[in-house]
Amino acid sequence: MANEEKDSKISRRKFVKNSGYVAGGVVGGGLLGSLLGVNFKGSEQTSTAPVKEAKFNQALMYFTRQADFKTLGAATERIFPEDDNGPGALALGVPYFIDHQLAGSYGRNDQEYMQGPFHDGTAFQGLQSPLKRHEIFMQGIRALEKESQSDFNDSFTSLEGEQQDKILQKFEDDKVKLKGVKASEFFDLLRSATLAGAYSDPLYGGNEDMAGWKMKEYPGSQMSYINEIEEEDFVEMKPSALHEHL
Amino acid sequence: MAKKLDKVDAVTVGVGWTGGIIAAELAKEGLNVVGLERGGDRSTEDFQMIHDEYRYAVRYGLMQDTSKETITFRNKPDERALPMRRLGSFLPGEGVGGAGDHWNGHTWRFLPYDLEIKSQTDKKYGKDKLGEDYTIQDWGITYDELEPYFYKFEQTAGISGEENPMGAPRKHDYPTGPMKSSPILYRFKKATKNMKLHPFQLPSANLSEQYENPDGETINACQYCGFCERFGCEYGAKSSPNITVIPTAKKTGNFELRADSNVVEVLHEGGRATGVRYVDVKTGEEFVQPADVVILTSYVLNNTRLLLQSKLGKPYDPKTKEGVIGKNYCYQITAGATGFFEDEKFNSFMGAGSLGATVDDYNGDNFDHKDLDFIHGGSLSITQTGQRPIENNPVPKDTPKWGKDFKEKSLHYFNRSLSVGAQGASMPHRNNYLSLDENYKDAYGNPLLKLTYDFTDQDRNLHKYLSEQAADILKEMGADKVEAKEISEHYDIVPYQSTHNTGGVIMGDDPETSAVNNYSQMWDVDNLFVIGASAFAHNGGYNPTGTVGALAYRAAEGIIKFMDEDKQLVKANKDRQLV
Repeated sequence: MANEEKDSKISRRKFVKNSGYVAGGVVGGGLLGSLLGVNFKGSEQTSTAPVKEAKFNQALMYFTRQADFKTLGAATERIFPEDDNGPGALALGVPYFIDHQLAGSYGRNDQEYMQGPFHDGTAFQGLQSPLKRHEIFMQGIRALEKESQSDFNDSFTSLEGEQQDKILQKFEDDKVKLKGVKASEFFDLLRSATLAGAYSDPLYGGNEDMAGWKMKEYPGSQMSYINEIEEEDFVEMKPSALHEHL
Repeated sequence: MAKKLDKVDAVTVGVGWTGGIIAAELAKEGLNVVGLERGGDRSTEDFQMIHDEYRYAVRYGLMQDTSKETITFRNKPDERALPMRRLGSFLPGEGVGGAGDHWNGHTWRFLPYDLEIKSQTDKKYGKDKLGEDYTIQDWGITYDELEPYFYKFEQTAGISGEENPMGAPRKHDYPTGPMKSSPILYRFKKATKNMKLHPFQLPSANLSEQYENPDGETINACQYCGFCERFGCEYGAKSSPNITVIPTAKKTGNFELRADSNVVEVLHEGGRATGVRYVDVKTGEEFVQPADVVILTSYVLNNTRLLLQSKLGKPYDPKTKEGVIGKNYCYQITAGATGFFEDEKFNSFMGAGSLGATVDDYNGDNFDHKDLDFIHGGSLSITQTGQRPIENNPVPKDTPKWGKDFKEKSLHYFNRSLSVGAQGASMPHRNNYLSLDENYKDAYGNPLLKLTYDFTDQDRNLHKYLSEQAADILKEMGADKVEAKEISEHYDIVPYQSTHNTGGVIMGDDPETSAVNNYSQMWDVDNLFVIGASAFAHNGGYNPTGTVGALAYRAAEGIIKFMDEDKQLVKANKDRQLV
């Protein structure tokens, strides 16, 4: 079993080469490309990777200002960064996942009890904010930028990674004041949405090319393991997504 | 004005396991039954896109819509209760089949000790073992009396299992043999045997083979696909009401299922239920469905709420400990431990909801509590339910919650960690109860149910003990690093713990201390039956559904008997159990 660990680890170089994740953005010179540029600085593969088809669902359903979307992208990349294991939140399409979720029932709290009166609760009574998730995200993202300007005199997206972490840490530790919600509550939402975007079925716009699953050695949506369940050794399988069940 | 419909023999409020069982048993006897279900209709056909962790496990695709109905919650009677604005700690189902669609399928029989917990604990450890704030009491029925009904449910559901050396005695083998084992389960069994414990395969409603139940319904063989809890089964291989009792009821021609029908009141006159009032949730139109017998078969929370809302039975008062409706709300103490393995990888992503192995050596009174500061215990299991990537990011405690280190470690340990978990028993306490909220209302203008609940000293001591046992097992299994779970400072409504809520309409043998008799018939209203885990006088050290199924079959027998005799079926016993 121990050997398989080595085999399964995807090096960053190999990963970038095989997947061509970065290509569309950089070559197109679009928004994602310029964001990725920060993280893939000096990586020669980005310019030589094959051009991928345009992804028409990579567009904005919720955000109206590109600056907000870029801040979101940079924040998610710090929560789930690109590393030797493989892509980070940006290359996985996580910001698009979050944008699309905020435009729908997740962002509008359709399945949640939103009747007042609203009171602050104890730490054990759950989120009691009158704000909907999309409002919390919007306020939180603008506050990330504001904190960045005030602490570093620069835009959040232009900061070094460690500086971005310091800002995010202030939110996690409730050292920033937001209206109608705690900074830590925004941070928790941002963190959980980032992980959901990295690992949900690619149909939602994140986990691009199932790369989140591949890193985690999770084979996705298989129909059956009845022939493998008794296997002694770790079973590596090509991942499968819901797209294949239609 | 509500439109009055034609009278029927029986109406059930909710169509999940209990409503389905009642519908099938009564309809087979020739009684006409209407089943009212607040959610929509669904079947196996609806589960073909079910392998979607985000939609079903994270966004709760099969669960109660809390924008319409939720509860309010506080830890202590002197706190302000606030709405549970989104689901978290527990996940009530919605729709035909109820939680019987999204359960994992662990199917247990509560122990003989559970049913006589008060008298047996007093006898063995003296009257002061827990103190008077713990309102434990006997259930008004013994295990031997309930045994045939356990078997009946197991037959209906085709339960796959093997003999449990420390469990409740069985008169028959399980209808189907145990599920396949896996290296993870073998490792647990080997380690616990080394420790002189008694492992066995967990009794499962994910069937080891295709099976036809006594009603002629077929349940298919489990495919170990890893999408069970919070999901429906696309193979029809997880026993659910939708593939067993509901079709059985429909085949008789005596059962009418009305989905999208939310019952808001049990109507009654002169100590007799006359029917129910419900809202068609699609149109808002109100109906009155008159019936000779009314049977509450919704979830624990709504069974209790409907009685309080309809002013039936005496509400429980924690100050005086008088009254019964809302009393003895209990939960599940989810102790356990996680082991991290550096050099081995496991196929944790495969599995089935009930693929597991268990030891019962620390359950019930299977071990001596003389020198311990708690009673009861819990089953300890390893389960291989199919670990999914969004919600499973096991990392050692000192790891940051995000960033490079978190990513590295959560990827590394995803297939290199195993957990042993306890279904710890939950003892009632005078301050843990259900009542109606004064401030918040549901979508139909009715008060929300209010939950007042916190962990007790009994819970904390039990949690610590069981978590230590779980940690010892993982060490014996060869984990490089083991972390025992710790109970939170207070019960927290946010993180998922268990959908094993119990109590509120408890059974017993004395109308002063219980709401229903051992046929789930209300002491105060002879033609009203309230079925489910709401009848549990405390929660045991197992998942509740097997015992819920047994109580439902017993209740069905009672209802049929009541149709002939039209009277209280059990004589109250006031001598045996005055608190």
